[in-house]
Amino acid sequence: MKKISLLLSGITLMGLAFTGVSTATTLEDVQARGELRCGVDGGVAGFSAPNNAGRMVGIDASICDAIAAAVLGDSNAVVYVSLTAAERFTALTAGEIDVLSRNTTHTLSRDATLGTNFTYYNFIDGQGFMVAKADGLASVKDLDGASICVQTGTTTEVNMADYFRNNNLDYTPVGYSTSVGTREGLEGGACDAITSDASQLAAIRSETANPSDWTMLPEIISKEPLGPVVRQGDDQWMDIVTWTLHALINAEELGITSSNVDAMRADSPNPSVARILGGESETGAMLGLSNDWAYNAIKQVGNYGEIYEAHVEPLGIARAGSVNDLWTRGGIIYSPPIR
Amino acid sequence: MASNTIKFEKLPDRLPPSNTVGWMAWVKTNLFGSISNTLITLLVFYLIFLYIPPFIEWAFINANFSGSDRSVCDENKAGACWTFVKVRFDQLLFGLYFATNPDQMWRPIIAFIGFFGLLIPLMIDKTPHKKWLLITLLTIFPVFFLLIVRGGVFGIPDSDPSQWGGLLLTFTLAFVGIILALPLGILLALGRRSKMPVVKSFSIIYIEFWRGTPLITILFMASVMLPLFFPSGVEFDKVVRAMIGITLFQSAYTAEAVRGGLQAIDKGQSEASMALGMGYWQQTIFIILPQALKISIPSIVNTFIALFKDTSLVSIIGLLDLLKIAQNSSRSLDWNGYDIEAYMFAGIVFWIFCFGMSMYSQRLEKKLDTDRRE
Amino acid sequence: MRSAIIQGVLLFIVCYALLSIYQTTIFNLEERGIKTSTSFFDSVAPFKVGFSPFLDYELGKTTYIEIFYIGVLNTILVAVLGIVAATILGFAIGIMRSSSNWLASKFSLVYVEIFRNMPLLLQIMFWNFAIFLAFLPPPKQSLEFGVFYLNGRGLQTPLPIIENSNNFNIWLVTIFFSFIGVYFFRRWAKKRFFETGKTLPVFSLSLVFIILFTTLMFYALGGPLTIELPVLGKFNFKGGAQLPLPLFSLWFSLTIYTSAFIAENVRAGIASVSKGQIEAARSIGLSRSQMVRMVIIPQALRVIIPPTISQYLNLTKNSSLAMAVGYEEVVAVWANISLNQTGQALIIIAMTIIFFECCSLFTSFVLNIYNRRIQLSER
Repeated sequence: MKKISLLLSGITLMGLAFTGVSTATTLEDVQARGELRCGVDGGVAGFSAPNNAGRMVGIDASICDAIAAAVLGDSNAVVYVSLTAAERFTALTAGEIDVLSRNTTHTLSRDATLGTNFTYYNFIDGQGFMVAKADGLASVKDLDGASICVQTGTTTEVNMADYFRNNNLDYTPVGYSTSVGTREGLEGGACDAITSDASQLAAIRSETANPSDWTMLPEIISKEPLGPVVRQGDDQWMDIVTWTLHALINAEELGITSSNVDAMRADSPNPSVARILGGESETGAMLGLSNDWAYNAIKQVGNYGEIYEAHVEPLGIARAGSVNDLWTRGGIIYSPPIR
Repeated sequence: MASNTIKFEKLPDRLPPSNTVGWMAWVKTNLFGSISNTLITLLVFYLIFLYIPPFIEWAFINANFSGSDRSVCDENKAGACWTFVKVRFDQLLFGLYFATNPDQMWRPIIAFIGFFGLLIPLMIDKTPHKKWLLITLLTIFPVFFLLIVRGGVFGIPDSDPSQWGGLLLTFTLAFVGIILALPLGILLALGRRSKMPVVKSFSIIYIEFWRGTPLITILFMASVMLPLFFPSGVEFDKVVRAMIGITLFQSAYTAEAVRGGLQAIDKGQSEASMALGMGYWQQTIFIILPQALKISIPSIVNTFIALFKDTSLVSIIGLLDLLKIAQNSSRSLDWNGYDIEAYMFAGIVFWIFCFGMSMYSQRLEKKLDTDRRE
Repeated sequence: MRSAIIQGVLLFIVCYALLSIYQTTIFNLEERGIKTSTSFFDSVAPFKVGFSPFLDYELGKTTYIEIFYIGVLNTILVAVLGIVAATILGFAIGIMRSSSNWLASKFSLVYVEIFRNMPLLLQIMFWNFAIFLAFLPPPKQSLEFGVFYLNGRGLQTPLPIIENSNNFNIWLVTIFFSFIGVYFFRRWAKKRFFETGKTLPVFSLSLVFIILFTTLMFYALGGPLTIELPVLGKFNFKGGAQLPLPLFSLWFSLTIYTSAFIAENVRAGIASVSKGQIEAARSIGLSRSQMVRMVIIPQALRVIIPPTISQYLNLTKNSSLAMAVGYEEVVAVWANISLNQTGQALIIIAMTIIFFECCSLFTSFVLNIYNRRIQLSER
């Protein structure tokens, strides 16, 4: 009897903790649940990290917010799931999360073999190196024979290996499983240089005890287009995530901001603006959403430029003239038209 | 000259030689008994004087307790920064969800009170109705715990397990591990001693398989591969996946602890019960197991201590247990550089529980030893 | 009959469960578009493993399967280093625990209780991040211990280099023969002892002989080994052997943690020798060192060795925590980095588990042999 009750309690415990069985589409799931489950890193300043109030903020987290606003009408209806680099794709393909927005680089092998689809890019990054100013190094070529701190299991590691091999340089990698680990390694003197995406290096520098001690080397050795990822096999959901991101970028191009969106919606001579904000054509219905999907996203989260300014500028990564500026201003952030 | 008889009379006891009593003698025999002894004593004294006073100065005398941000500690680097632990205390104990929702903090607090309210009487010898307390702890309490901490019913707001953390998560993982592993472990231990070759070999393979693999690999497997083993749509939370891994792992160790108890039971017991016409299950449930479990409690407690320490590994698969939260806090912009304090706090918390449990199991072992010698 | 049915049903359930998990997995892999095959073994690994003392790592040549071997060898390296150090430290602390010196005994009690009651992972992180990384100096200000240098990169030690491999091999052979000589000497000494009752200081004589003989031969053969000293280069020391900081921290923490458990085994072993044995040894006039060597240790070892072998296995399994500090053992380079790069979770995790199962089987094998030997001598 005692044993049976023990077993029963075990089963109840497991049963209660199950998050449920479903066969519906991702959109139906999200709508039925009333919240979006979004995979983020949770520990990268500017991308996704808890603020003082414990809420996840950053450019990656904002994408989650915008999707929740577009689909559910409420940017707060998000559950952020912090994921390690190793488990992010499994978590996505297994259905634990609806969308992965975790500074993930788009590569062929990930697209083709992991059961995932990449949508579009919310940040275009490139890998750089940071060294101590006192060492007086001017180029990556000076790093021959150096120890370099790197986060393991990332494309960063591979790019570095390729670059050094290509240039006939020798190095010793010092791997850590987290980006904070690499920072402690650099500050503690375990390595002569640290390598990561330029945005991350900026974030890391801002977190060191003495940011002015460190300097970036000029080379950018890789292309790192980062963006939200969805599961293969649900095209409707892929469209929703892709176009939510496009809507944010289009909004910036058209000058729609979270503060003027109501005025623009009420009265704008530009038919493109009207189409985004739910007038003139049924853009929302085409995606299976309500017609004010983009309005909600822009109103509650802001356009792409606003998001960038709020989360990435504070890291000290200027946008003007960089690849992350709009195509109209010399960058490569470009989105197809909404019509 | 009244008589010639010799009278034997007990003289008063003489005092022991003065060089064998008193603290001087104690010091002499225990510290300076021989040349090598003296050298060892001097060496240990030297080490103590070298390290203990500076440590006490750092940890207590010069330590910072006041204030609410790092400026206090930055000004006084000579002492430990306990301000940091004070400010982050809620997070360290209950994790991010309850730290960001202070109005919900009563839930884990009540759960903790309930847990220790049941556990501590169990560890005291003279408590009546121990059996019922234990059954409550293992059956009713988990449900109560889930209702109150998880919430989502009776108007208590839902707290997603993926948002739990700190000591709360450490306790949850260890406790779930042990209550789920116990029945599984008992069955496996019985299976391993079974006379049926299939049952026996399955049990042996199961036990040895899990015991041969490091927990971290099992946690990797649980976090990366488990989703592949179940049909699409069956979704486990990250925390639940870790619980499954821990339970499978722990059941093998529990089985070995219980098997030790089963082996200690005299064969006469089962022969006697067979003579009374009892079947296998009757025999096992009413005669063998109650005795065997009692004997194996110390070993089960020891495996539990190991599990409690091992729950810290979930930090590697990204769960925010006590160790991970302590580490993250010490790496955050606000408290960067105060790692020693963070690790020390987490270490002391772990140590208190592990040491307490090991004292309990040692005492129990001694008691059982005398019980059986009666 | 009844037991046959039970076993049949169990067999069916287990096989069915395994089969359905297998089928679900295959289905899931296909449905989710994940391709599983071992073909990645021979593709070139696109990243570098920094610490590979046994196999040469060549970027652009080394394949994934070689990464697995490197990981396994690195695991074995730290396990062997840890086992040796933990045994020495554990025995020292354990013997101290049984010392008649009150202070020494209490000191070792405190040591054991502190270190075995805190999670190993916490200890590894504490030593690596809070102590070594934070306090060890950069290479240019290394701490010097003779020819050893300790800095934030790790421990730099001299390395013997084989100059003349032919003479070196001859030297190894002469060492081998000197051991054989010692073996016969010991047999003769034992025989003499049984016949005449006269004892010789066998151990110290053998030791002196081996040391003298090998040094003599070493120089007679023209010194086939030279010692390469570490020298400060542009970024770090070059030459000599490098014990990277992660390895050093891991080794340090594994040693401290495991030695606490071994010390406890040693204490229990010594306590298990009954008082009567000691009294008997005294009464037949054995000296203290003879008593310890011939009466206490042989009996205590019988209790000490089995749980200590299990501790060795634990230490090996625990070395997998290296991930936290970045030492490149099998779980870190294979089950983490390679898994991330290839996404081949099933194969990679299975191979990792098989490696550790082999370690575990090997341990049980050694334990069984030992137990059988003890049983024989007890008859």
